[in-house]
Amino acid sequence: MPDALRDHAVDNLRYIRETMERAGSFTSIPGWGGFTIGITALVATAIAEPLSAWTPRLWLITWLGEAVLASAIGGVSMLRKGKRAGSLFTSGPARRFFISYFAPLVVGAILTAVMVRNNSYQPLPAVWLLLYGTAFVSSGAFSIRVIPIMGFCFILLGLLAAFVPLGVGNILLGAGFGGLHVIFGLIIARSYGG
Amino acid sequence: MAKTAKASSERRAASGIVNPAVPDFDRLIHEKTRLAIVSALAVNPSLTFNELKAILKTTDGNVSVHTRKLEEANYLNCRKSFEGRMPKTEYSLTGVGRRALERYLNHMEALIRTARGE
Repeated sequence: MPDALRDHAVDNLRYIRETMERAGSFTSIPGWGGFTIGITALVATAIAEPLSAWTPRLWLITWLGEAVLASAIGGVSMLRKGKRAGSLFTSGPARRFFISYFAPLVVGAILTAVMVRNNSYQPLPAVWLLLYGTAFVSSGAFSIRVIPIMGFCFILLGLLAAFVPLGVGNILLGAGFGGLHVIFGLIIARSYGG
Repeated sequence: MAKTAKASSERRAASGIVNPAVPDFDRLIHEKTRLAIVSALAVNPSLTFNELKAILKTTDGNVSVHTRKLEEANYLNCRKSFEGRMPKTEYSLTGVGRRALERYLNHMEALIRTARGE
């Protein structure tokens, strides 16, 4: 059998696999958006650092402000990347991605409200990192391969954050929402088109 | 005789026709756009015309021509409806289409196995 024919068969199988991946995945994950979120989170870590010991309420407000800012950056950059690539945000994979992404975040918001009500701030970094990681692990099933890996890294930091005081938890938040976003944002931007 | 058969086989292979030792492949889904349509529908319960167009990164006309061919062969189901005032065309893979893709995949794997001399 000529090599050309074998190569043709290999190319065809690769083409089928790539089409299936593209059709079954939501790929408009903004790398540069993630990178920018990482930078703002590093700034938030620095601002929140002295507050964690003195006024946990202000510490919380700092991080909630960062969450709002990050959501806006993430939303806008995702829309722009999706528009550029012609992605449909209402497609089956996109819908499955968003449902599995937002479910753990809603749970995180509920747990935050309950804990703040009980004046329990120490577990918050762990809760946020664990559930944000869970959001990426579960939604990653419908997206690019690097997303679940990022999710596992967040979960690992969350695990560490569960056993440390709030000040150290704040640094771990910086390592996660800052460091991991910067690193994975760059990986996504370079390997997955921006 | 054996030599003639071998020469014929090589000529067929060189011209892009598969080795007769492996069953002839499905020409209908061998075409690249149709192969992409069937592959995309194999991992989604259904896709709209616009979703297919976005996945394939091609024109309305191209999607239209190739989906019609697949529909005629009973590889695809087509459902037309309205979303508000906008017409919506939704495609799904039939059992015949799914089996055709499986046969095609098996055939490509068989080609590779034969080439490796397994």
